[in-house]
Amino acid sequence: MPSIFPEFVKTIEELQSISTQVRRDILRMVHAVNSGHPGGSLGCTDFLTALYFRIMKHTPQPFSMEGKGEDLFFLSNGHISPLWYSVLARSGYFPISELSTFRKINSRLQGHPATHEGLPGVRVASGSLGQGMSVAAGVALGKKLDQDSGIVYSLHGDGEINEGQIWEAALFAAHHKIDNLISTIDVNGQQIDGPTDKVMSLGNLRAKWEAFGWIVLQMDGHNLEEIVTTLSEAKNLCGKGQPVLILMKTEMGKGVNFMEGTHKWHGVAPNDEQLASALAQLTETLGDY
Amino acid sequence: MKKYPVLGKNDTRSGFGAGLLELARKDHRVVGLCADLTGSLKMDAFEKEFPDRFFQSGIAEANMIGVAAGLSITGKIPFAGTFANFATGRVYDQIRQSVAYSGKNVKIAASHAGLTLGEDGATHQILEDIGLMRMLPHMTVIVPCDYTQTKQATLALGNHHGPAYLRFGRPKVESFIPEDMPFEIGKAQVLTEGQDVTIVACGHLVWKALLAAEILEQKGISAEVINLHTIKPLDEATLLASVAKTKCLVTAEEHNIYGGVGDLISGVMARHFPLPIEMVAVKDSFGESGTPEELMVKYGLDTPDIVAAAEKAISRK
Repeated sequence: MPSIFPEFVKTIEELQSISTQVRRDILRMVHAVNSGHPGGSLGCTDFLTALYFRIMKHTPQPFSMEGKGEDLFFLSNGHISPLWYSVLARSGYFPISELSTFRKINSRLQGHPATHEGLPGVRVASGSLGQGMSVAAGVALGKKLDQDSGIVYSLHGDGEINEGQIWEAALFAAHHKIDNLISTIDVNGQQIDGPTDKVMSLGNLRAKWEAFGWIVLQMDGHNLEEIVTTLSEAKNLCGKGQPVLILMKTEMGKGVNFMEGTHKWHGVAPNDEQLASALAQLTETLGDY
Repeated sequence: MKKYPVLGKNDTRSGFGAGLLELARKDHRVVGLCADLTGSLKMDAFEKEFPDRFFQSGIAEANMIGVAAGLSITGKIPFAGTFANFATGRVYDQIRQSVAYSGKNVKIAASHAGLTLGEDGATHQILEDIGLMRMLPHMTVIVPCDYTQTKQATLALGNHHGPAYLRFGRPKVESFIPEDMPFEIGKAQVLTEGQDVTIVACGHLVWKALLAAEILEQKGISAEVINLHTIKPLDEATLLASVAKTKCLVTAEEHNIYGGVGDLISGVMARHFPLPIEMVAVKDSFGESGTPEELMVKYGLDTPDIVAAAEKAISRK
């Protein structure tokens, strides 16, 4: 039976150390191919680290597509793939050395996550935005049919929720009382063309999601203690007839001073000099790939 | 020429509904989704018997496709049903990324395809769906010809792994496939053997092709009618064996001339066996309101159109 690996239950200090290394991985991966999306990846690093190394019950080896009995995660904003790949590799889904193949020819680490190369940990392709909440809802429904106690997590960008399909999924999950689904929105206030308020105002997100019938929580996406507490609270709210939504406040580019709080680094890789400056701010805690 | 007596008239969507119910009784992994058209898709019997395995999706097709993909991850076999227009064009990117590219075992059940939706008009009469679906890598595309074959195809999809598109229609059409005729996904059926022309048809145009073959026989022309129920993967071997004899070909489909069966087979023939080909299809147009019968005549998809195409193909040899 899949069970939580003891080594995954990390202290806050250990999680901090992992997320620092993950940030180094992200920067080195996008720098190596001069492409990719560092901004959002750095912004969601603390969240995904806490999820994979503390919160989720999951079995990286052997990887099972169906994930019976496991908690499953779905990345809907697929462009922050370098973050996900680093977390997957460092939690044991595939060799850490494979991170060096990111976005290169013949790699399993496609620019946006894909399944057809068989990368362990990825269960559906994402990148074209707005689709992951529907998929996560379907997986959660399947688990309920199987009386599988696993919880399904999904992550979305705040720009991504411009997509109408997100709101279709929001209706659907509440209507069908999908109460084993915890979706998180990365509220960094930025999208490609600028601040979300300028591009497409999102209004009162808490009120919107509550009106759709979800339980809404909020957290600081850079306070690991708060992330762990909030995710634990979300888990406790499962099984009560409503899906759970977490509004996670983050800063794009978190951890690298010149990348923080701007959409400029959404889809731009650092040059050699910028990489050196960025890495100098992040201690190599677990060894670079 | 082998004759196929009419066994009745029934709608192919009812064949889907009957097949889904039978399949669900045999296999608990089968689940159903529908976007507020449960009665039209004939999924109501399934919903009634298996309420826990039916998921009403509301008028939200994009989400329905994503949910179906998610259900398939947990080992379910989802059949997602709506009108062909909303099952393809409206959700192309969702099918592309979450289903086809992700290799998910999702069955898209598309009713009311083509002109024979009738009076609702062109907004609902998709004539591009075969093209859209067959362009997707890994997508199986099935267009059964009558009630019995639609039921058979639905049952066969229960044992087929991977994304699939099943296209059927609204009106009652002639049933002529005997229940004991074997159905295999990807294996075209030679319904009548002939020497002078090969007629490849799909959907309810297969019946019209058989009628055309009878008329041609009276004119001394021997036609080989092939029921191409599976458009992808394409049974090239059966087609090539037929044209090796007949040396000319007619295709017949309720679809736009671009992107459909005629287009597909022309490419195969151009590569392997260049020969005269005539296509009975909608000539790059949208449909319009009217009765199914009127539309089939106006848009050149009727029996006399197939006869004329066959004579023209033969004359070009």
